[in-house]
Amino acid sequence: MSAINESVSNMIQENRATAPEAPTSTDERVRRISPWRILLDRPELGSIAGTVLVFVFFGIFAGGSGMFALDGVINWAQVAGYLGILAVGACLLMIAGEFDLSMGSMIGFAGVLVAIPPMYMGWPLWASVLFAFAGCMALGALNGYLVVRTKLPSFIVTLAFMFILRGLTLVLSTGFANSTIVSGVGDKFAEDPVINALFSGTTLHWLFTGLAGMNLIEKLPSGDPVVGGIPKVLVWWLVMGVAAGFVLSRTRFGNWIYTVGGDSNAAKNVGVPVRRVKISLFVLTAFCACLFGVLQVADVGSAAADRGLQKEFEAIIAVVIGGTLLTGGFGSVIGACFGALIFGVVQIGISYTNIDSDWYRVFLGGMLLLAVLFNHYIRSRAASTK
Amino acid sequence: MADDYILELDDVSKFFGTVIALQGVTLRLKRGEVHCLLGDNGAGKSTLIKTLAGVHQPSSGEYRVEGKAVRYNSPREALDDGIATVYQDLALVPLMSVARNFFAGREPRKKMFGVIPVIDMQYANETARDKLAEMGIRVRDAGQPVGTMSGGERQCLAIARAIHFGAKVLILDEPTAALGVKQSCNVLKLIHKARERGISVIFITHNVHHAYPIADSFTLLNRGQSMGTFAKTDVTKEAVLDMMAGGTEIQSLVDELEGRAA
Repeated sequence: MSAINESVSNMIQENRATAPEAPTSTDERVRRISPWRILLDRPELGSIAGTVLVFVFFGIFAGGSGMFALDGVINWAQVAGYLGILAVGACLLMIAGEFDLSMGSMIGFAGVLVAIPPMYMGWPLWASVLFAFAGCMALGALNGYLVVRTKLPSFIVTLAFMFILRGLTLVLSTGFANSTIVSGVGDKFAEDPVINALFSGTTLHWLFTGLAGMNLIEKLPSGDPVVGGIPKVLVWWLVMGVAAGFVLSRTRFGNWIYTVGGDSNAAKNVGVPVRRVKISLFVLTAFCACLFGVLQVADVGSAAADRGLQKEFEAIIAVVIGGTLLTGGFGSVIGACFGALIFGVVQIGISYTNIDSDWYRVFLGGMLLLAVLFNHYIRSRAASTK
Repeated sequence: MADDYILELDDVSKFFGTVIALQGVTLRLKRGEVHCLLGDNGAGKSTLIKTLAGVHQPSSGEYRVEGKAVRYNSPREALDDGIATVYQDLALVPLMSVARNFFAGREPRKKMFGVIPVIDMQYANETARDKLAEMGIRVRDAGQPVGTMSGGERQCLAIARAIHFGAKVLILDEPTAALGVKQSCNVLKLIHKARERGISVIFITHNVHHAYPIADSFTLLNRGQSMGTFAKTDVTKEAVLDMMAGGTEIQSLVDELEGRAA
């Protein structure tokens, strides 16, 4: 702290020294700001620092355990990827000042929408996947419509849908499959080349085989690489993250998201279509939840009524760790992605250490609290006049 | 000649349920004049400007812009006709940068790789900085958050933004209410600059000392009714003060205090 003060006072002195030479071009009331403080104003700083911290921690406690071997990396990256997809959607919505607590339930719901039609109604899989996306996005639009129409907090509206959708998932799966699990849909995925290519398994298989052939990565005794490729979920995470980050920082719609979240009344007064922005972001979170659900069904080969339980909270935690303000108007997709990465590393990493994995939630709660305090500090600095 | 007026309210009333917010108000704004709307709290100033801005629709009476009757369903429609309103909250987001605020809702765009429409941030930064410089405000960096600016600077930013986007009529809702003496002065100068550019201004205030130097005419509002419009040439500052609700009360208070002091 004293170093910062010193550099600041140096700068003030510098300004004073130069002031007489160029009195018209510089404003004596404008203070120079050190690069360090500019960095502090970035929303993603906390989560990047947190990620480094987490990697150092597990590097020390689980360095030799295989956590950072290729299969270990894929292992926790996959967990991060699933959550990351949710976090990307939740992040944009939270910057716009709203929550979607129905995301977790939507995952389970999307799963049964994908699994039941081909198993019990003779639909082709591609149709049921399209149906699931359309259905979820329509529900997202309904969520959004109810929020902007009633002006009720999205917390309460989406809390209602969290229960409604979880209940419907249970009703549908027990009604059709007479069980909370709808199994057998994995075979359908194997039969559909397009859906399979989009959502199942891994990609870049040739690269990994090639690398294994050159003995650059670990091999199984059979000669196949220990990891068959990059899981599709990571590809989707990358695509969603890059797209959302681009939209938020570079496009007009991104500017609208910030404006709506920063002050929705101001947004309305400058002509931003507040309702349209919010509703489309609820559709986005529903899309992300559905994508999560479809990828999971493709991966596991079945749908189940309890899928995605509490994922809405994990997504919100990842977003908050990523530096997005709960009140909206400030945040970053990159931060949210790092938040999700922290999640994946901690959740999987803890089982590589000697630490009892029951500590996982304690750790996460602690991270959340720290992140919120840090964000609060950043916000009060950015919003203050001096 | 109706065409002399850029904006007219003719016998406009606005009711909210049983509440009469405006009753038969007539207001005419000439081209290129600064028209002061004076009134105490609860006089209906806010309802009046929201009606002008397209937030409310008149319950009865006619709203004409450049001689044509209009009925705006949203502020956006009024904005498209060049009627820009700067509210007390200024419609600025403190956490967003100066440039992003300046262009919020009307972002300049360019094509990335010839296909993807993105915000032209360089143009936005430069324009925001230049336009503010024209108004006498130097910003170090158009990327700095608006939260770091002073109240007067924010007011000027909001006004500069409205002017930049082709406002023909500028409606300013108590722009000097929360400002110090010097900053109020800057805002009054800015209003003068706007008038020089041919922009008509409706300036809402309850401070006659701010209104009188800059205004060409005054309309007084009291309890939802207009007490008349006066040209500056016809009326003194004291007379305006007297007509305002509270003006006489203030005077009697002054007398009383002076009497006590003497």
